[in-house]
Parts: sequence; C-alpha cells; structure tokens
Amino acid sequence: MGLIDNINKLFDHRIRLGIMSILMVNENMDFTSLKELLDVTDGNLASHTKTLEKANYIAVEKSFIDRKPNTKYSATKSGRIAFKKHIEALESLIKKKE
Amino acid sequence: MSKNKYLEDISEIKDMMSRSSRFISLSGLSGIMAGVYAITGAVITYLFLLPEPGTYLTLHSWNFKLILAILIAVASLSIITAYLLSSKKAKKNKEKIWDATTKRLLVSFLVPLITGGIYILIKLSSQHYGLTGSLMLIFYGLALVNASKYTIGNIKYLGYAEIILGLICSAMPGYGFWFWVVGFGFLHIIYGSLIYFKEEKA
Repeated sequence: MGLIDNINKLFDHRIRLGIMSILMVNENMDFTSLKELLDVTDGNLASHTKTLEKANYIAVEKSFIDRKPNTKYSATKSGRIAFKKHIEALESLIKKKE
Repeated sequence: MSKNKYLEDISEIKDMMSRSSRFISLSGLSGIMAGVYAITGAVITYLFLLPEPGTYLTLHSWNFKLILAILIAVASLSIITAYLLSSKKAKKNKEKIWDATTKRLLVSFLVPLITGGIYILIKLSSQHYGLTGSLMLIFYGLALVNASKYTIGNIKYLGYAEIILGLICSAMPGYGFWFWVVGFGFLHIIYGSLIYFKEEKA
C-alpha cells in the first residue's frame, strides 16, 4: 500500500478541504458563515456539504432562529479521524519528494 | 499530481483554520493609545490626587472617587479606541468585526477580567487597598492569555509580562502605583508599537 492510498479523494477539492479545515477548529459553523469564509455560492456550498454529510464526515443540525431557518454544521468523529489521516498523508508526500 | 498541489492544500488548510477561528484585526495603534491614556491618567492622579505622605486614601474621600473616575475613563477610552480602530482594520481586511470568533474572544477576555474587578472591589470595600495595583495587573494578564487563543499574534506574551509584573508588584508593597504605570502604560505602548511596525511592513 503506497502513501497515495491515504489521500482521501473526498478532500481532494478546495471547497470540501476548506469546510473540513473550518470544522476541525470550530465546534460548529452555520451555513452563512461558511459561505462567507469560503467565498462560494449557496448552491455550490450546499452540494459539497451534502457530499461530506453522505460520507458521514460532517453532521447537520437544522433549527429556526427568529423563524428563519438556521443550519449548523459540525465535524463528526469519523470525519475528524479521516481528515487527520489526510493531512498526515499530504505531509508525508511532501517530505518524501524533497 | 505534483508536490505543489499538496503544498497548496496544506496552506489552504492552515489559512482556513486560522481565518475561521482567530481574530486578526487587532490594531497596534489601539495598544499605543491605551498606553497613552493610562499614562495621562496616572500623571493627573500623581499630580493632584495621591494622598500626602503619611495619610491614607479612604473609600469615601473625593480623591478616591476621582481616581476611580479616572480609571473608568481610561478603560472606556481604551475600549472605544480599540473598537473603532479594529473595525476600521476589519473592514480593510474584509472581515466581520462581530462574528462567532469575536464573541468567543470577548467572553474569554471578560471572564477573568470581571472576576478580578469584582474581587478588587470587594477587597477595597473591606479597606484592603494595598494589592489593588498588583491584582489589576495579574487579572488583566490572565484575561489576555486566556483570550490570546482567538487572536493572531503574540498578545499572550503581553499577558505573561503583565502577570509577572503583577506578581513582582505584590512582593513590593507601596510601589503599586508605579507598577500600574509600567504595566498599563509602558507595556501597552511597547507592545502596540511592535504590532504597529509589523503592520506597516506587511
């Protein structure tokens, strides 16, 4: 098994990488804040969060604040483990090629 | 896939982690101004309000109330300046001044600070003035260290410096006023200038 096998295809995209990075250091983050931080459109962000949600890497919590829908995202335990592995794989690939 | 792509990914991860969890728009100039206000307040206090040698400041005297008013004025001016300059800088950086990170920053800063403030007031009301300067420095330092995890930069070192100064101060009774001037005046000006010149370079 090569190092390349540890590279997670799901994280091999700027926006999904960004979502995971943000959720690793924040307990949770709402949709609007994520959108502003990543500078993406609603539809774009929604499709990427859905992908991560399906993989069970992030959890979604929907609620209402002042009758407005509010969606909060947080990283799941398996998401955190997968992302850590991905970072380690990236690091070792960089070191190896030096 | 090339090594550059991996490096880009890593720097994207770092950037997102810090941008989403740390407040980067603290302004150096506001540190300098806080120091200037503190020294101005101290000079007024020293010239007009400190008790004659051999006499004591009592809680009900006018002098005590005026000193308290000066302290409150210094604190409010510093906070207002910090808010105005930081929101200006946040606008320039296209950051929001009031988001989840700033809320967490404020809470972690205010918890030790308010605890200290109440503690000092209780002590004062039972006639224990001696350690006021030292306690202010220590609790302010703890507040800075506690809040520093939500800021970029080296504000925790300012916090450590204030704590050390406060501890030395507690071992040297009678010099509280001077330690206060160094901690709230000079340290702020030095720290603020360091940040300010770093900003100018960047």
